[in-house]
Amino acid sequence: MPAYTLTVNGKVHRVEVAEGTSLLWVLREHLGFTGTKYGCGIALCGACVIHIDSQPVRACVLNIEAVSQNQSITTIEGLSESGDHPVQRAWIEAQAPQCGYCQSGQIMQAAALLESNPNPSRQEIKSYMSSVLCRCGTYMRILKAVELAAEQQPQKES
Amino acid sequence: MEPSNPNIDRRQFLKTSSSVALFIGASGLLPQLVSCSDQKQMATLARTESLTAWVRLSEDGEMTVYNPAAEMGQGSMTSLPLLFAEEMDADWSRVRVEFAPQEAEIYGGEGWRPGTKLMFTVGSRTTNSYYTVMRKAGAQARHVLLYSAAKHWDVPLNELTTANGVVTHAGSKRQMDYGSLVPLLELPDPLAEIEEGDLKHPKEFQLVGKVIPRTEIPAKVDGSAQFAIDIRLPDMVYGVMERGNLHGATPTLTNESEIRTMDGVLKIVTLPYAIGIIASSLEQALEAKKHLKIDWSTSAASSHNSQEVYEVYEKMASKTKPGKILIQKGDVAAAMKKASKTYTADFRNDYVCHAQMEPLNAVVQVAADLQSADVWVGSQQGPDTKLGVPTILGIPPEKVNVHLQYLGGGFGRRSMNDFVEECTLLAREVAPRPLKLMWTREDDFTYGAFRPLSLQRIEAGTDSAGRLISFSHCVVGDGGNLVASGAANDHYDIPNQLAEWREASNGIRLKHWRAVGHGPNKFAIECTIDEIAHDQGIDPVAFRRKLMSDSPRALATLEKAAELSDWNGVTLPGRAKGVAFVEHGSLGTGICEISIDRDTGVIRVHNFWIALDAGVVVHPDNVRAQMEGGILMGMSSVLKEQITIEKGRVQQKNFNTYELLRMQEIPDTIETYLIDSEMHPEGVGETATPMVACAIANAFLKLTGKPLRHMPFTPDRVLEVLNS
Repeated sequence: MPAYTLTVNGKVHRVEVAEGTSLLWVLREHLGFTGTKYGCGIALCGACVIHIDSQPVRACVLNIEAVSQNQSITTIEGLSESGDHPVQRAWIEAQAPQCGYCQSGQIMQAAALLESNPNPSRQEIKSYMSSVLCRCGTYMRILKAVELAAEQQPQKES
Repeated sequence: MEPSNPNIDRRQFLKTSSSVALFIGASGLLPQLVSCSDQKQMATLARTESLTAWVRLSEDGEMTVYNPAAEMGQGSMTSLPLLFAEEMDADWSRVRVEFAPQEAEIYGGEGWRPGTKLMFTVGSRTTNSYYTVMRKAGAQARHVLLYSAAKHWDVPLNELTTANGVVTHAGSKRQMDYGSLVPLLELPDPLAEIEEGDLKHPKEFQLVGKVIPRTEIPAKVDGSAQFAIDIRLPDMVYGVMERGNLHGATPTLTNESEIRTMDGVLKIVTLPYAIGIIASSLEQALEAKKHLKIDWSTSAASSHNSQEVYEVYEKMASKTKPGKILIQKGDVAAAMKKASKTYTADFRNDYVCHAQMEPLNAVVQVAADLQSADVWVGSQQGPDTKLGVPTILGIPPEKVNVHLQYLGGGFGRRSMNDFVEECTLLAREVAPRPLKLMWTREDDFTYGAFRPLSLQRIEAGTDSAGRLISFSHCVVGDGGNLVASGAANDHYDIPNQLAEWREASNGIRLKHWRAVGHGPNKFAIECTIDEIAHDQGIDPVAFRRKLMSDSPRALATLEKAAELSDWNGVTLPGRAKGVAFVEHGSLGTGICEISIDRDTGVIRVHNFWIALDAGVVVHPDNVRAQMEGGILMGMSSVLKEQITIEKGRVQQKNFNTYELLRMQEIPDTIETYLIDSEMHPEGVGETATPMVACAIANAFLKLTGKPLRHMPFTPDRVLEVLNS
């Protein structure tokens, strides 16, 4: 079985899996980063959104060999030291989650949005966040949380 | 969990009242309350079991309170411990919450029948069924603390007060926190009986009804909240299954030797309805599944075509012989003859799927001797708290330990434990290695258990004054209560009513889906009421106001929702409001405001207002969250969701063919008003969802003069109605 080396949340990990194995299974089942969830396997639900070099990607449709050791993978476990990223704090303030299963993906998607667009309009938030499904129907609070996070994050020079 | 020492003389730690027994645990420091009415059984438990309790209190003041219900997003991890802490006068900031062991005799709430106990998170009954149980247990714990403090200070118990985790004797200006009392605990003999009258009046609540953050939310934003799918155990193997998309069909595997030689494949297991694969890794199991070549038999569902079956249902509804009578009041036949105007309409609804975000899964480890098992699962529990595992393994229930995990959505699907049974069957094959069974999203759709398709035929009559005097409601469909629930009109004063169910059978797997029959049946009822009001030129709120004259609580929700929505105010051009009343435990009126894109047929919901009477509201922000989620799940199902079946085969496989509501489509506002009440709490999880179809269709009727009578209201169907 071929070996691969990945950099996840700042640490180097080595795994032996078959070529073509989904990055999602590598992260969850082999390395134990189970905060990233499986929802559909075809990049339609967003439960598995992670960041690779700060860009949001769907782990479920990425094969292991497509990721190099030089790329930096961030999962929900690595978004902040102690769960206090502005988006996470806003999520708690808005009491956004219900079942919670989709929320890692929602938070990673929202963090990526604010990284590229620190002051999104409500329409921009809805559009960007529409790619992540929530079955419990927490969208009203997710919207509120993203707006709260945008208000609370340190303003960057434009 | 602190097990007690079974060797301790029971008399040392066991005192009983009729409903609550109190135990001191092994260390002698842990007061452990166990709710159980059968003292003999308690004695047996004391000898044979690790005794557990509702609360564990330690000397540093930290408390652990057990939540007996499943947590699937509805907030039981906060609302139930909060009730306990309220009566105990605990310091909420020191409370931790854990799932209770799955032992219904100890942790069960009120069962279906009086005197029975049940751990089953269904039917929006969690808060309703545990409201008194949790408060009595909390009050009993407080009483023990008071008794011990009184002894210690040698003062009368009735001179003591408690607040926020502290006992105070005002006369001698002495105080002790609960933790400090742990080494001093003594048991009253006999243990005082806590009656409902001993509990706080709702006006005295310090925690209930207040703004309380949910206990499990921090873990749900940093990825640490553990769902069953996240369980990883040493030496664990993986199981997947191919169940096909024709329910009830039997598989014949035609390339077994090829599959057997694939990388990582450990075993192939044939079930009557599926081929199971056990492999060393998940990816190997899934790869093998992809390569399965299976011949499927025909089944009872083979001739079923979901979109054609309505013709059959219409004929069934037209037969004169009634089906099973659900409700009968007065004489509808006679009333219809007297009616000055009659109305009849058929309402239809397609199959919908739960599509909970966490696909079904479980982890089971069977011991090498096959005589015990551990189960990790996100389940809504069930009448069998061991979820069918003891029966499969042929072992006593106490040999099965169920470790309940968070549920990534339930909505009724996880009250069916087929996936736990499957996991057990596979795990037995590899004992003692633990096995994780995974359903793919495709499995979840194609082998789903759907809310049944059904048809409602309504025949109604009004008298010369426009009063609704007769209402007959015929439900045709498969699944008994799955299609029949919600047909009652308890809050409308209609003198002659008949509701009946006519049974169809199509061989499709069916299950409770959030609000069950209330969705389709309220759709038929509430839309008929608006169609009548529309025909007679009466305002729909005014029409309902008369019907609710004998139901003040229902009427109050109607009036409040009308006020919130400015029902009589000016509406923007191109928009209209629609109203619906729903009772599902709690009573609620919902009003929505919509517009329609007449070129595309897309309905847009702009606002939703809800007035809800749920009795005592234990956790208001969470009730609001349930209303928001209920409305959005309702919009998703009413506007988009549809399972179709052709020759018995389920046509949808994933979110590309079964689309859910996305954030782009949410309303601008969902506003909930909670009506103040001191009545026993009623469930709130399923009251909002059934409002949606009726409120949207009624707004559509106002806007276009045309009725929508077939869910979902997809753009194609909307255009068809607009162009009719």
